[in-house]
Amino acid sequence: MPNHAPIPAPVPRLQLRAITKRYPGCLANDAIDLTIAPGEIHALLGENGAGKSTLMKVIYGVTQADSGEVIWQGRRVTLRNPAQARSLGIGMVFQHFSLFETLSVAQNIALAMGAAAGTPRQLEPKIREVSRRYGMALEPERLVHSLSIGERQRVEIIRCLMQDIRLLILDEPTSVLTPQEADDLFVTLRRLAAEGCSILFISHKLGEVRALCQSATVLRGGRVTGHCVPADCTDQQLARLMVGEAAQLIANYSKVTGGDAFLEVRGLSWHNPDPFGCSLKDINLEVRSGEIVGIAGVAGNGQDELLALLSGEQRLNRNEGATLRFGKEPVAHLHPDARRRLGLSFVPAERLGHGAVPELSLADNALLTAFQQGLVSKGLIRRSRVETLAEEIIHRFGVKTPDSQTPARSLSGGNLQKFILGREILQQPKLLIAAHPTWGVDVGAAATIHRALIALRDAGAAILVISEDLDELFQISDRLGALCGGRLSALHATVDTRLSDVGGWMAGQFATPQSLASATR
Amino acid sequence: MLLSLEPRGQQSRLMLWCSPLLAAALTLGCGSLLFIALGHDPLLTLHTLLIAPVSDLYGVSELLVKALPILLCALGLAVAYQARIWNIGAEGQLLLGALASSALAVNIIDMQSRWALVAILLTGTLAGAAWAGLTAWLRTRFNANEILTSIMLNYIALNLLLFCVHGPLKDPAGFNFPESAMFGEASRLPLLMEDGRVHAGVYFALLALVAVWVLLQKSFVGFQIKVLGLDKRAAGFVGFREKRLIWLALLISGGLAGLAGVCEVTGPIGQLVPQVSPGYGYAAITVAFLGRLNPLGILFSSLLMALLYIGGESAQMSLNLPQAISQLFQGMMLFFLLASDVLILYRPRLNLRWTRRAQATAVHAGAL
Repeated sequence: MPNHAPIPAPVPRLQLRAITKRYPGCLANDAIDLTIAPGEIHALLGENGAGKSTLMKVIYGVTQADSGEVIWQGRRVTLRNPAQARSLGIGMVFQHFSLFETLSVAQNIALAMGAAAGTPRQLEPKIREVSRRYGMALEPERLVHSLSIGERQRVEIIRCLMQDIRLLILDEPTSVLTPQEADDLFVTLRRLAAEGCSILFISHKLGEVRALCQSATVLRGGRVTGHCVPADCTDQQLARLMVGEAAQLIANYSKVTGGDAFLEVRGLSWHNPDPFGCSLKDINLEVRSGEIVGIAGVAGNGQDELLALLSGEQRLNRNEGATLRFGKEPVAHLHPDARRRLGLSFVPAERLGHGAVPELSLADNALLTAFQQGLVSKGLIRRSRVETLAEEIIHRFGVKTPDSQTPARSLSGGNLQKFILGREILQQPKLLIAAHPTWGVDVGAAATIHRALIALRDAGAAILVISEDLDELFQISDRLGALCGGRLSALHATVDTRLSDVGGWMAGQFATPQSLASATR
Repeated sequence: MLLSLEPRGQQSRLMLWCSPLLAAALTLGCGSLLFIALGHDPLLTLHTLLIAPVSDLYGVSELLVKALPILLCALGLAVAYQARIWNIGAEGQLLLGALASSALAVNIIDMQSRWALVAILLTGTLAGAAWAGLTAWLRTRFNANEILTSIMLNYIALNLLLFCVHGPLKDPAGFNFPESAMFGEASRLPLLMEDGRVHAGVYFALLALVAVWVLLQKSFVGFQIKVLGLDKRAAGFVGFREKRLIWLALLISGGLAGLAGVCEVTGPIGQLVPQVSPGYGYAAITVAFLGRLNPLGILFSSLLMALLYIGGESAQMSLNLPQAISQLFQGMMLFFLLASDVLILYRPRLNLRWTRRAQATAVHAGAL
């Protein structure tokens, strides 16, 4: 479409003017302006809850803004649904993929593109061509369940590239990738941008934004707090834009070695009956009293399965009881409540719907796991004690809530996580297992949670943290390992480990010689 | 859309109490319009439907007799529904309670001891529980959907009852009518007043009301049942035993329905007849939800349901109001009650943009 009108500056690919979106009880986007030039890689930075997701849903037509304008290549548009956004050339890769695991890559892509695009077989050559052009190896006939997470993400990206794409939105694309996979993705994205496609890259990881993006818009609490060129800013400056003045949050905790082993896992193998799930193979692990062990890994490599086996949601037969021991006591055949009596506390990955019942009040949610702490007498609930406990958790861990009768659902992620962690810590566990303790939590709450974990460690508890956030693991854990394909690497002291070592373990290269790792230090 | 609903994010305390009042007002209003359209005096009709049936002691006693089985069944259902176990089988459990207790009662007609009644009541309750236990077993052993199995067991129970009434339990001196012999005096629930049919079953209902209230509101088992219903994964992660709770909820549910069945045959009826229940077990499902699964709410809603049953009959007799119309009125009331509950979680909002545009076009039209 040749445009002969003399324009001094190129028309921006996308321009947002004063986008405002209100949800009940929260102003998600407050008069947000954003401009993206053709071929620009633009970062949208912000903490969880800053309004990034809402904004991109507005751009992709998933929700409509209450007020404000969307201007697409100089023309004002109203985006009613994603199909309309796609027809304009806007593509989006969500954090959680929407793929059918039992279908092939080509079938998935054909489904998303609609009947007009042709049959899966007709699409195959094009898929091959696109994947070759952008350096994303992918076989169209393969079934999606056999693909790794990184490959599935490629399916989503190629699906967007199959049509004439002008703007690609990526929502935290690296959160599911190993560091090496993330580098490969960046190569693809740079090539795409060089061809004139604009990219909106949503993230809260400062390092990768600096490496990839030409400009950035920072959001905080639904408002734009700054535009900047990431390469010219320090981490401290960016962090201040993202979280405000309280940015002296990155602490250094001392590393310790701990005492006797409390949790012992010996040769734990478990076959997952779910064909698309991950089976565990010969896991050996030991967590000592007074230390924090961190386990890294890309989601779906056996974390959920290992957690279920440790918590007791998945039990083994009595004769396999000794594969898991709490302080010499075999526990693998015990129910969760029996394991709790032996000193276990557990913080599941999902706060709502697993760690806490959304509809119940905070007081009832305190009772949920603390019922063995004298809160029940002769089968009846001792209400006043439950209230006292809930008040204590709220007070000691700075949970922001009107009162203990508030339903768990209405708390923000960080506040609820503080409550859940507080509930578990106040039971004075000998072993605390926490999955993704600061996932989706703002920086302030994350610091509180880290301090609480360190304090519990120093009080002599054994702590196991399973997380995808490598920065967090390096910060708090004393020893580190990684899960890959249901296998666990050997654990190494954090001080002797480099980021790239962990990256290798996450990719299944367990053979990294320890001597090499320590030699380079 | 002129009117839209927005989620409130949180239950409205005010609406929790106001929604039944709103529903009552809407029902009375729309009911009046309906009666006017049919040429009936609305005030007189409403009076006959809702007030006349309970204006004397006998009426109140009849109301209690009707409400009792519904209340017992609904209390049991509330326990199961709190655990999100959709027991639709209260009707079958009630029938089986009536059947099993009758089988015992006709064999001990001559027994004079009060223990006869105790044995009969226990038999009926246990039979109801056992019938629900079948559903529990199918669910926990084979993961069979309890909605389907409990409904199907209703039909089996009904046909078992019909078979027995026409066969083994038929009164030999009953001129071949399909009914059992009258039970002995000692096997009957004592009446509470001289001129009314209300019987000692009311005490059981009150007892069950208190017991279910304590179970659901105060006890830790009730808490486990609620957690299981709201969030199965949370229940699993703290070690609440799902299967055990399913068994418990269904046994309580079936036991109370069975008790309702015994109270019918040993109370107002006095023998086993094919029409033991005009659908109490099904009405109890509505009543349980109408009472928001809360024992006190269920008490009120079961009385209301009984009133609608009795009022409909008396309007049919004294005003010649067709049964279809009184059923329409009942349906209207239930609809409004359940519909108004939407306002507890949602806030109605007039869409101003739409009204503004409507005004603008109105002004424009006026200018022309």
